[in-house]
Order: sequence, then C-alpha cells, then structure tokens
Amino acid sequence: MNAMTRTAGAAPDGMTAARPRRDPVVWVWKPLVWAACLAPLGWMVWLGFTGGLGANPIEFINRYLGDWALRILLVSLAITPLRMITGLKQLVRLRRLVGLFAFFYVVLHITNYVAVDHFFDWRVILEDIVKLWYITVGMVGLAALIPLAVTSTKGWVKRIGGRNWTRLHKLVYLAGAAACLHFFMMRKGFQIEPLIYAGVFALLMAARLIEPLKRRFKA
Amino acid sequence: MLIKFKKASDVLGSEITPKSVFDRRRDFLKTAAVAGAGLALGALPTLPALAAREKLEGVKKTKWTAESLGEKDKPNDYDVIAGYNNFYEFGTGKKDPSENAKKFKPLPWTVEVGGLCAKPGKIGFEDLIKPHMLEERVYRFRCVEAWSMVVPWVGVPLGDVLKRFEPNGDAKYVYFETLFDPERMPGQRGPILDWPYKEGLRIDEAMNPLSLLVVGLYGEVLPNQNGAPLRLMVPWKYGFKSIKSIVSIKFVSEMPKTSWADYAPREYGFYSNVNPKVSHPRWSQASERRIGELFRRETLMFNGYEEEVAHLYKDMNLQKWF
Repeated sequence: MNAMTRTAGAAPDGMTAARPRRDPVVWVWKPLVWAACLAPLGWMVWLGFTGGLGANPIEFINRYLGDWALRILLVSLAITPLRMITGLKQLVRLRRLVGLFAFFYVVLHITNYVAVDHFFDWRVILEDIVKLWYITVGMVGLAALIPLAVTSTKGWVKRIGGRNWTRLHKLVYLAGAAACLHFFMMRKGFQIEPLIYAGVFALLMAARLIEPLKRRFKA
Repeated sequence: MLIKFKKASDVLGSEITPKSVFDRRRDFLKTAAVAGAGLALGALPTLPALAAREKLEGVKKTKWTAESLGEKDKPNDYDVIAGYNNFYEFGTGKKDPSENAKKFKPLPWTVEVGGLCAKPGKIGFEDLIKPHMLEERVYRFRCVEAWSMVVPWVGVPLGDVLKRFEPNGDAKYVYFETLFDPERMPGQRGPILDWPYKEGLRIDEAMNPLSLLVVGLYGEVLPNQNGAPLRLMVPWKYGFKSIKSIVSIKFVSEMPKTSWADYAPREYGFYSNVNPKVSHPRWSQASERRIGELFRRETLMFNGYEEEVAHLYKDMNLQKWF
C-alpha cells in the first residue's frame, strides 16, 4: 500500500513503477469508480426504454446529463481535500478517472444540446453562445476542461513536465466555478439547489487553503 | 352596542378546532378508510388522491377548434398537458405539480373582485362562472422556456366576466393574484418568488375576445396542476402571464407589479407577448420545441394570433415593451 511516497499533486497517477501485484486501487477501487460513474448513464438509458423521460425528453436528458457532469466534477474536486483529511494518499490515483468521467458527461450534455436540441444549427448555436450568458459561461467551463482531458495521459505529463502539468490542471477550478454559475443562471426564481452546489464548490475550494495557511502560520 | 350573554353551551373560541387541523383530520380519516379497505381486500392501499376526472356539461364549440388550427397544431395528449407543468407553487420540477397538487382541494373557492369598478365584492367560483356559457377553445400555448403545446381549454370569455363588475373609466389595467396558502401549496414555503404570484393585463388585452378564464381541460374539470379551479389563458403571451388558481381580481389605474417582471425586470416585461424577434437572456425565442416533436419549429409572432391582437400594440416599440 505504501509503495507511493511521492507527494500528491506533484505528479499524477501512474508515474511510479513499484506497486504490489494485487493493487486494490486497480482491482477494486477503479472498477467501483467505473460502475458508479456509468450508473447514472445506465439509469437514463433505462428510463429511455421504459418511457420514463417525461413529456420533453430532450430537456430531461439535457438537465440530467448537466446535473451529473456537475456532480462528478465536484467529486473530482473533493478528492484532494478528502486525501488531506483522511491521509489516504491512494485516493489521488482515482482523481484522473473521476475527472475524465466528469468530462465525459459534459461532452454528452453538449452533444445533446448541439446534435439533438438544435440539430447542428450552428448559426443558432453560435448566437446562443454570444447572446445567452448562461450558455457563454457553460462554454467557458467546457473550454477549461478540454486541455485537461487532452493532457490527462502519462505521455503529456512527461512532455510538459509535472510542475507545468499541475499548474495547467488548476484550470479545473475555473471549470468548477463556471459550471456552478451556469447552473445558477439557468434556473428561474430564487432556487436553493444551485446554491447548494455552489456552496459545496466553495467549501472544496476553501479546504485547499487550509494547508498553505497552516504552513504560513507555522513559519 | 351589542352585548353578548354567554350561555353555558357556548363553545369557547379556544375550543374550536382550527379549520386546517379539522381538514387534515378528514384527510386522515379518508386515507385510513381507504387504506383499511385496501388492506381488507388484501391489496396495497391506494391513495385517494387520484383526482376523479369530472366531465363538464354543456360545453359549446367555438371557432377555435382543433380543425381550425390544422395539421401542424394537433392537440397534445391529456397526460402530457396535465403531467408537464410549470407551477412553482407546487414545486419547480415539471413533474412536481402533478405529484404535489394531488391532495389540493380547490373547492369551495372564492374570488375577491375589487378596485375601480361599480360592483366589487367576494364571489364564489360557481356564481362567477355560472352566468356564462362554457366554451371549448383549442389554443396554442407557448412557454417562455421555448417549448409549446396545443391545449383544448374550457372556459368563459374573460371580458364578459369582468364587465359584470362594471369597471369604470379609470380602470386601465386588471391585476390578478394566485392563492397564497403554503399549507396547501408547498412550493410557497420557499422563497422562490415573492408570493403570492401576481399578474396583470392592460384592460383592452383583458377584454380581447381571445382572453379566457379557464375552468376545464379536454371537456373535464381543470386538473389541480393546471391551475384549478380558475386560471387565465392569454394565448398570444408567454405561459407565465396566464396566472393560475386566481383568488383576486382588481381593476387598477397604473401598470401593476407582476411576479416575474418584479423578480428580473431585465428578463421579463409586463407585456411578455410571444415575439420571435426579442430574445430572452436565457432562451432564444426564435424557435420552440412542440412537446412530442423532435425538431424545433419557428416561433410565430404573437404565437400565431397576430390577426386578433396585433392592433393592441400598433404604435408600440415591442423591443422596449417586451
């Protein structure tokens, strides 16, 4: 279990060579993450085949995928604070997988919007992005996630170097903020739900300040 | 001065069960009875809430029929119209109202009519509607969220009802309010909007023959989730203008404050006429999705009722008065 002694965050998953043969992260935790992250999609497909998507399935799918993209993104942002609290360094090895699943749901969410809702009517879609602020903000979130998904491989970490890679991947904070704002702006009236998500995001961000603050006050 | 002598048999005010508690007791007994019957039959208890669908008698056809709308505007199914609702008083999800309004009992219902008119007063639902012939009108319905339906409403012309209260010359607007009762409307327990829901029309809009006070759907009593027992339907405006579960109608001289325009004045105007050329900060209004269809369709000016209502706005800048 303690084969990994590197400090978390300095280099991502998969960089170390020595690892126990039956690594529970590989054999237990990653399959569980796969199952958990695919379950919402499976449920949606089930609803689709059983007539459970309601009167406006396109809207339902759009919101459902958006909800899950945001939830999984927040889970990926929770991994580092959780590691700090529990001391379970292995958790970091699940971070890339969870992050990629968040991106996966974002891509499905946007595919539904582009291909199904607007049927590739690019003129209207571009107009939406320019005119409708909540879509602009959503697109900023997507733009922040794309480089992270692209550089998620071992090869890219090597190519740009661990330090730069870590720096680049701070963009996820922008994506998280954009996603929360996007959700908040999309709802009408004063609604609690988007505020809960924004609150969770704020907490996760604040948790990241604890260690640097401790260090400063010790020094 | 009235002096009241207390009799021994008089009930103290403190002894009277509040009506809300009493009503709940009846609910409880009913539920218990049904559950008991269900258990006795060896079946699962069925909820008594599945509202009986009651037919309305003597509904006459008008020129606004499904046939007159044609192939492109076929009425949506009852289940769709009664299962996909924006009625935040019963929750913000589209399915929430049909779930949360099951137990709502609209009757008895009183409407208070007041303001600048000769005959103000409180009037029971039946007395308000009975003098008029019920009409079926199949209208296009366009939500500000860029989806639409075709709905066979049953109702009475709003103008005919309003005239009975004899509004005077200063009455330039009509103001409406929805019931405020968080016990019966659970959505009102949260601060989603500044309850009660408020809406308004200019008096000539209200008197337009298209404006309808709705009491039914598909020839039956209006389902709770669609705004029972009494709602407005102004088909050339976005759906939120057609206020539901109306308890108050007031004739006023100034443009009244309305819920959504008050919540976000940049996004929602008082008029809120369906207009494909004026886009909303959240939804482009150029196109809409008809519920039940895959592809979007172009949105029509005044939701296709240009002929009937365009004259009401002929010298107005509709970009400004959105």
